[in-house]
Amino acid sequence: MNVQFRPEPSASVSIRTAIADCDIHPARATNDELFPFMAKRWHEHLEAYGKQAYHGMMEGPPYPKAQPNASRRDAWPPEGGPQGSSLSFMQKQLLDPYNVALGVLNPLNSGQGLRNQDLAGAICSAINDWQIEKWTSKDSRLKASIVVANEDGISAAAEIRKRAGDKNFVQVLLLSRNVEPLGQRRYWPVYEAAQEIGLPIGIHAFGFGGNPLTPSGWPSFYIEEMVGHAQCQQTVLASLVLEGVFERFPKLKMVMIEAGFGWAPSLAWRLDKHFDRLRSEVPDLKRKPSEYIRDHIWWTTQPMEDPERREHLFQVIDWIGWDKLLFATDYPHWDFDEPSRVLPPGVSEANRDAFYLGNAKKLYGIA
Amino acid sequence: MTSPLPGGVDCDLHPAVPHLTSLLPYMNDYWRDQVTTRGMTDLVSQSYPTNSPISSRPDWRPGQGKPGSSLADMQKQALDRFQVSYGICNPLYGVQMVFSEDMQDAFCRALNDWLTREWLDKDDRLRGSIVIPTQSVEKSVAEIERCAKDKRFVQVLMLVMGDNPLGKRAYWPIYAAAERLGLTIGVHAGSAYHNPPTSVGWGSYHIEDYVAQATAFQTQLTSLIVEGVFAKYPKLKMVMLESGFTWLPAYLWRLHKFWRGIRMETPWVDRAPLEIVRSNIRFSLQPVDAPPDPATLNRLFDHMQSDELLLFSTDYPHWQFDGDEVLPPGLSAELVRKIMIDNPLATYGRLQVALA
Repeated sequence: MNVQFRPEPSASVSIRTAIADCDIHPARATNDELFPFMAKRWHEHLEAYGKQAYHGMMEGPPYPKAQPNASRRDAWPPEGGPQGSSLSFMQKQLLDPYNVALGVLNPLNSGQGLRNQDLAGAICSAINDWQIEKWTSKDSRLKASIVVANEDGISAAAEIRKRAGDKNFVQVLLLSRNVEPLGQRRYWPVYEAAQEIGLPIGIHAFGFGGNPLTPSGWPSFYIEEMVGHAQCQQTVLASLVLEGVFERFPKLKMVMIEAGFGWAPSLAWRLDKHFDRLRSEVPDLKRKPSEYIRDHIWWTTQPMEDPERREHLFQVIDWIGWDKLLFATDYPHWDFDEPSRVLPPGVSEANRDAFYLGNAKKLYGIA
Repeated sequence: MTSPLPGGVDCDLHPAVPHLTSLLPYMNDYWRDQVTTRGMTDLVSQSYPTNSPISSRPDWRPGQGKPGSSLADMQKQALDRFQVSYGICNPLYGVQMVFSEDMQDAFCRALNDWLTREWLDKDDRLRGSIVIPTQSVEKSVAEIERCAKDKRFVQVLMLVMGDNPLGKRAYWPIYAAAERLGLTIGVHAGSAYHNPPTSVGWGSYHIEDYVAQATAFQTQLTSLIVEGVFAKYPKLKMVMLESGFTWLPAYLWRLHKFWRGIRMETPWVDRAPLEIVRSNIRFSLQPVDAPPDPATLNRLFDHMQSDELLLFSTDYPHWQFDGDEVLPPGLSAELVRKIMIDNPLATYGRLQVALA
C-alpha cells in the first residue's frame, strides 16, 4: 500500500525477473465502450434506468473511496479516461517496468451485484467480449476472467460454458458480497460449470448483496468497509467449506483475491475446533475444514500483511503454504503493492519464485 | 497440561434462566399479564440452542433443565473446581431479540433482578453483568444507573451482533455511564438476529453462525476504534467475551495498514489501533481457537505482543475444553498468573471495591 506512490526511475533487483500480477483492474474509457457487445435494448435500458445495484446510489459507491476511483493519483492515462482504461499506459506503468509475464484481469463494476438479472447477464457477457477485444488480443501477457451474473446460477453457468476452451480466460470471477453466502446452493451451477471447463474461481473482495456490511448493521466509514473485506471473506470461505462445496466439486480451485491471508490460520483452527463439537450438523463433510482450505484455496497477496516483525509474516505463510500465494499489485488502485517491496529479505529462492510467478503459472495453466 | 492457580477470576460464566416464567416475579403486573395473556414462549436464542453440543459440556449437562441453571452445579463444576475467588455472570437469555424497546427494557430489568436474587445473593464469589435494552440508549443508561448501585455488578453486557455497530455515536451515553460508574463494557458472542448473522447474509447452519461470531468481534473492534470511542472515553475498558483471540494479530496488521493509509477519514483516531487495543480492550480466554500444540500457541502469544490482553474464563457451561484443561498447554507460570489474577483485577475495577 502506497498512498503517495511515486514511480521509481529504475527497477530494483527483484523485478528484473518476471512476475505474475494476479489482480489487475481494467476499466472502460467510457460506458459506451461496451455497447458494441450488447443488444440495443440494453443501451436504451441503461440510458433510462441505469444500473440498479443492491444499494441506493445511482452513481458511485455508498462508501466514498479515499481517492477518485480508488486509484493511484498517477494512474490517469495521458490520453484521458479513468485509471486503468488505457492498455498502452498500463503497459508503460505496470507491465513493462515490473516485468509482468502474466497479468490476470479482474474487471470490477461489471454486471455482478445488479438486481436485474437479465441486465446483469448482458453486461457480464459484454465485458467478457470486451476483455478479449480491448486487452488480451492486444497483449498476450494479459489473461481475462469470466465475469458472470452469479445471482442467476443457471445463466451464469451458461456464460461460463460458452467460454470453455477459450485460452483468453484463466478463471471465473465472483465478488465476495452477494445476496447469500457463496456456499449456498443457488451458486452451485457456477461451481459445476467452472469445474467442468477446468478453470479456478476467483473471489474478489467487494460487492453489495443487500446485506449490512457487518452482522451488527451498517458501519460508518470507508476504512470499515476496507478492513471488513477480510471478515466478509472469512464468512464466505466458512460457507463454502461448511456447505460441502469442495465435497461436491472435488476438483474445484478457488482464489481469495484482495482480502488478505493472515486470517486464514485462525479461521481454519476455529472451524476445526468447533467442527469437532458440531460435526453432526454437517455430516456431508468427510474431512476437517482446514484440509479443504489447504487443498482448494489460493490467496493473492495484496494488500500484503505487514506485521511489525517480519518473522511473524513468515510464520503465517508457513501455516498457509508458500505454494498457495499469488503475487498481485491491484493496479491501478491506491493500495498498490510495489513488487520489490512486498517480501522482506530472508526468503529462499524457491519460495520467492513460487510467490512471484511459479504458483500463478501452475494454477492458471500458463506454460 | 497447564495447571490453574487458585484465587483466579473466571470472567465468563453463564447462569441460565430456566424459563421466561422464572422472570415473572421480577416483572410488574402489566408485563406479567402481557407474558401470560399473549402466550409468550421461552427466549432461547439460536446462538445457543439448549441441546447443541456447544451449549454444554456433556459431563456438565444436567439430568433435566437447561445447562447452567443450577447454582449447585456451577459451584461444583466451575467455581470450586477451579478454586476461583470471583466468577462473573454473563446471562445469555435472549432478551435482546424482541423488537419492542419497552418489552426489552422490562425483560432486562427482570433479568438483572433475577440474577441478583437467585445468584449473586447466594454465593459471595459471584459478580454480575448488567444486561441492557440496547434498542433504547436512554433506557439502557437508566438501567445501568439503577443496577450500578449494587457494587456486585462489575460490567455492562452487550451482544456482538446487535442492531448497529457498537462504535456508533448513538451508543456513547452508554459508554459515558459505564466509565463514570467504573463498569467495563462486556461484549459477548451472540446475535439479536436483527441483522443477518454474517456480513454476507444468512447461512444454513448453527456452526456457521458460531464460527462467524469471531468475525463479528473483528468488525466491532474496527467500529469502536475508528469511531473514536477510546479517544472520548480513555478510561473505558471493553472485554470481548467468548470472542476467540487467535484472530487478533492478523486483524490488527490489516487494520493498522489501512489506518496508516486512510487516517484522514477518521482524524480523531490519534493512536495506532494496536496501542488502543493494548490500553482499552481485553479478551476472555475461551474458546482457544488453535491447535493444542505449545509451539503454535507460543508463536501466537508472541504475535499478540502483550501478556495483558487475556482474562481467564471457563465459559461455563459451554463446551470449550474437556477435563480440567481450561488453560492451553505450554503457558509459563508467569502468564498463568497474569491471565488468571492480575489481568482480570486490572480490568474490572469493581472487583477491588469493598462491598460495604
